[in-house]
Amino acid sequence: MNVTIVDYQSGNISSVINSFTEVAKGKVNLDVTSDINKIKSSDKIVLPGQGSFKSCVNSLNKISGLVDTLKDFVITNKKPLLGICVGLQMFADIGYEESETKGLGWISGKVSKIDNQKGKFKLPHIGWNEIEIQKKSKIFKDIKNKSHMYFVHSYEFIPDDKSVISATTNYSSKIVCSVERDNLFGTQFHPEKSDKIGLKVIDNFLRL
Amino acid sequence: MLKNRIIPCLDVKDGRVVKGINFVELKDAGDPVEQAKIYSDGGADEICFLDITASNENRETIIDIVRKTAKECFVPLTVGGGVRTIQNITDLLLAGADKVSINTAVVKNVDFVKEASKKFGSQCIVVAIDAKKVSDNKWEVFTHGGRNKTGIDAVEFAKKVEESGAGEILLTSMDKDGTKSGYDVDLLKSITNSTNIPVIASGGVGTLDHLYDGIVKGGASAVLAASIFHYGEYKIKEAKEYLNSKNVSVRL
Repeated sequence: MNVTIVDYQSGNISSVINSFTEVAKGKVNLDVTSDINKIKSSDKIVLPGQGSFKSCVNSLNKISGLVDTLKDFVITNKKPLLGICVGLQMFADIGYEESETKGLGWISGKVSKIDNQKGKFKLPHIGWNEIEIQKKSKIFKDIKNKSHMYFVHSYEFIPDDKSVISATTNYSSKIVCSVERDNLFGTQFHPEKSDKIGLKVIDNFLRL
Repeated sequence: MLKNRIIPCLDVKDGRVVKGINFVELKDAGDPVEQAKIYSDGGADEICFLDITASNENRETIIDIVRKTAKECFVPLTVGGGVRTIQNITDLLLAGADKVSINTAVVKNVDFVKEASKKFGSQCIVVAIDAKKVSDNKWEVFTHGGRNKTGIDAVEFAKKVEESGAGEILLTSMDKDGTKSGYDVDLLKSITNSTNIPVIASGGVGTLDHLYDGIVKGGASAVLAASIFHYGEYKIKEAKEYLNSKNVSVRL
């Protein structure tokens, strides 16, 4: 199996590479690239994302043909893709970080700042929080409800269709922390930084 | 609910851990990679490396250590000490650090936080503030391990780094550091009450009660400690179980 981590020059993806390399060892051929042809011929894609919604979208758009290739992969060919953090957020139609920015529009909804209740909750939401599983998800196989995952973010994805939500976490309100729709997966938390339980999420994705 | 984090800190000098864990099972007590692995397997919520290498020639060694550690530890890794330029941050992040802690460079020029957080995102920029009490309820920022006075008010400085885009503050009391007499809770309170970003408490931990005080009385989101873990007085797990028994939520 060939899995590609999309390297689109946005933020630090070393940890994503390290953890996927660890889990993929001997089982999966892992590539880290923005090469359109490599992506097309992959079986699965990982879309990481660090920094702001705007900067990530801009970086994707800078690579000619990348957004269309990803769309074909996910929407037309229905092959599995995992978005992590801003990688997930970009599934939305629109994001409001820095300034209003159009997203990939794969799952309709928006990305807005977490309501911290006038400073009652510190932002960014940094650290370990429990996930509450909302529906059966392939990437949560053998993962217990209320497992701890590592989060770092100030913005949240609010999908229009709530049935895509596979887990939430509690921080000032119920925040969407993972989504699943057919072949499309996303986590707001960082499985690559979430210890053994996070590696299990990665393993589940690679075993799909 | 968000859990309070326990962060063991390893001081690294010329590529070797100083004041390291004194466990019998260690093959090489000075190997930072092996020590980080013990902590992460033991339930540490993050690992922090503080590079105290004095000479510039040996700066490369920390990059190599980060690279090796990041391949074995899958919890967040923060690295600080001697970070002065955007290039320093790039090198550490590429090696596998998740966050970089900056100190003197920010005191010299607070816009450095702006530049760094714009380039890499706030999530990986930690500003380390070393503060010393100068009068009642007044603390001043110091640099160079508490030797150099800056005349800058610590609370005002904390607000400024938040505005500039810092993701977290690592707050060390220079009066308490190394004393094992507990955090400076008043200092912590002053900073946590006047900022809206997470504050990591550092300097002075000698008992598990001190960790409790830092979180409950001081309002810290995370507690950093070195010697109580290094010398095997307490394991991370014991610290977490103790806090849990006192109704402080931690990741168990």
